Amino acid sequence: MSTLERVQAALAGREFTSSVSREGTLVLEVEPAAVWETVRRLRDMAGFDTNTFVTAIDRFPAEPRFELVWQFLSSAHADRVRVRARIDGTNPHVRTIIDLFPGTAFSERECWDMFGIRFDGHAGLKRLLMPQAYEHFPLRKDFPHQGIEPDRLYREWDRARRERPVNRDLPHTSEKH
Amino acid sequence: MGSLIEVEQQPDQQGFLWTRLDELVNWGRKNSLWPMPLGLSCCGIELMAMIGPKFDLARFGAEAARFSPRQADLMIVAGTLTWKMAEAARTIYDQMPDPKWVIAMGVCSSSGGMYDSYSVVQGIDMILPVDVYVPGCPPRPDAVIDAILKLQKKIERERPFAELFSGDNFDEGKGSERFVRAPNHGVPTTRSHELLEPEAKVPSEPA
Amino acid sequence: MASTTKVFEYNRGSLEGDDPLHGELMELNMGPQHPATHGVLRLRVMLDGETMREVEPDVGYLHRGKEKTCESLGWRKFFVHTDRLDYVQPLLNNCAYAFSLEKLAGLEVPERGQIIRVLLMELSRIGAHLIYLGTTAIDLGAVTMFFFTFKERETLYTLLDAYTGHRMNNTYIRIGGVYADVEDEVGREIGKWLEHFLTAVDEFESMLSGNRIWYDRNRDIGVISKELALAWSLNGPNLRGSGFDFDLRKQMPYSGYERYEFEVPVGTRGDCFDRYLVRVEEMRQSAKICRQALDLLQKTKGGEFLADDRRFVLPPKDKVKSSMEELIHQFKIVTDMALPQGEAYHGVESSKGELGFFVVSDGTSHPVRCHIRAPGLMNVQAIPVLMKDRLFSDTVSIIGSLDFVMGEVDR
Repeated sequence: MSTLERVQAALAGREFTSSVSREGTLVLEVEPAAVWETVRRLRDMAGFDTNTFVTAIDRFPAEPRFELVWQFLSSAHADRVRVRARIDGTNPHVRTIIDLFPGTAFSERECWDMFGIRFDGHAGLKRLLMPQAYEHFPLRKDFPHQGIEPDRLYREWDRARRERPVNRDLPHTSEKH
Repeated sequence: MGSLIEVEQQPDQQGFLWTRLDELVNWGRKNSLWPMPLGLSCCGIELMAMIGPKFDLARFGAEAARFSPRQADLMIVAGTLTWKMAEAARTIYDQMPDPKWVIAMGVCSSSGGMYDSYSVVQGIDMILPVDVYVPGCPPRPDAVIDAILKLQKKIERERPFAELFSGDNFDEGKGSERFVRAPNHGVPTTRSHELLEPEAKVPSEPA
Repeated sequence: MASTTKVFEYNRGSLEGDDPLHGELMELNMGPQHPATHGVLRLRVMLDGETMREVEPDVGYLHRGKEKTCESLGWRKFFVHTDRLDYVQPLLNNCAYAFSLEKLAGLEVPERGQIIRVLLMELSRIGAHLIYLGTTAIDLGAVTMFFFTFKERETLYTLLDAYTGHRMNNTYIRIGGVYADVEDEVGREIGKWLEHFLTAVDEFESMLSGNRIWYDRNRDIGVISKELALAWSLNGPNLRGSGFDFDLRKQMPYSGYERYEFEVPVGTRGDCFDRYLVRVEEMRQSAKICRQALDLLQKTKGGEFLADDRRFVLPPKDKVKSSMEELIHQFKIVTDMALPQGEAYHGVESSKGELGFFVVSDGTSHPVRCHIRAPGLMNVQAIPVLMKDRLFSDTVSIIGSLDFVMGEVDR
């Protein structure tokens, strides 16, 4: 049974569009509300027992803005499947899959950190890679590579450095003696 | 003994006794630098290789690599410093007792390296005073050993007793605090954060 | 008259009646600067006496914005950044990125290029496992192991220096192959070193595997079952140590791995000791693969090591200076090498698990998205699972045996 047949058997009766990506992986495009059930069926009925990654693509300025991508691997059949869903840019949120795959916890936190996408049902959705006080979502397309503003920390450093008196004279060039 | 007393009262004018004591103290300090490796990323592996068997750092007296800042006097910052880590790095530096020195190993700690991104400190001298910079990505362990030798030469030039008796504080913290530079060498940058705070003009005196 | 005798209050203290091993939870902060956390990892540990009730890892202290950097730099210039992801195995990261780009470009790497890549990948794997062994052993107190493994690593570095020009962070892989061919002398030296290396691995095992202290500190520590490991997205030696036989080189081979004869070691109990045994055996198997790769290199002498597609592969320099067409290709590739539209993902078996690059292109020279699937992030995620209700001194064994590198965890 090929991947497509297995997936079609597992997702019988559900709506999805399938395509094949450049390296031959089956890609399913589903509605965001249907993702959890799709993933559950893929896990229980099609044998995809581990999650490879969870990430997002910012398609700014196209709407819907964010495209979430989940990829799964079936170790028994040695093949992969990719699930995609597009969600809106204003208040982006989708249901979490950590109850199906606990290993997606950090990946979902990273999506929140980098894109601002909330995962409903993920207790403990906080920033992973940036400091907790950071106010921006770096991987969005409208965020510049060098950063918009320095952190609170940098501003404090800068102010403290400028205010602290620093003796810039070398000892043997001082003129007092 | 009259001439000796006169010499004693002018410690900053190259008096014989004090310079000999300076040399003694500097000899002791430079030959027993205890590094505190702040191995953050790839340069940390080359740092470990430097402490390892082939490029033995122990031959230069830096055998005791102490991970506790309270017991070390040389902080080797090896790797990329991010803004999230900056506070921890500064705290570690502040915990080190005087005299202390800092070596910025690798381009990431010298100037931000290849990472001109939103989360990387563009050179640790934004937050710490640095004595020796070692470029390289990563620098060969020989290069870092060369840096330690240069640091030893720099320590030889210090005047611990001269300061003691002249009452002056030549360089605060002994870590050449005077060399903390303004970001981008005092040249106005085109980053928008500089424009957001108009009162934060870059200082006009050269860094 | 008031008494002038000084009276001292006896402070009963709060320890009276306290259970010596249990009490209220104490939060201990480990890191981010700590000798045994293998990089800048911060662990917040809730201790109940000596038992860890909850462990929360805090990552991001080395987040350098690599995925954003890829979007601003472009496809070609990002190779240099891929080295610094998992910096103990730089060539493997390069290869993983090149595989994804080649899938997107539809490019086929010639045979000799594939063989050289396999050789470099396996040498990187040996280097990574040597670091694992050295640092885990020194954290647990076996200081000599650090020097032994780093001595082997130094020879490996010298060989890589002779071949690629730099000890580490080599950036030697290009789209379509490798930068330059392996010379005979380098191949011979690598062969000689591999023979010596097998005896060195035996020496490491003799020092550690039968060692009572190593055994006590690793046996039945950090146990994870294979179902739980799969659920937590663990791959590589962490999964194989639990008894699950899955290796991308065997199950989903790439770069000609099906031509090589090697075994995949699988553990039984899923504890730190089994993971250690799996990694040591993997070093031996990697040496075996390198040996076969060197033999194949001898057979394919004079073969092409770079693909011929002038849309993505730089032409030879002498042609650039003499022929107009090659000059235009050189200019086009260096300034604006575009990859066709589409998306691709390729996962390789790195020393820590499955390393993959998910690349999305819209036909221009800058990616829409380049996501790095880092096995280290999953390994760090599994720390609370492995450390639950264990004694605090097991932290070091577990962190060492999970074997993550913060460069790829934080990217």
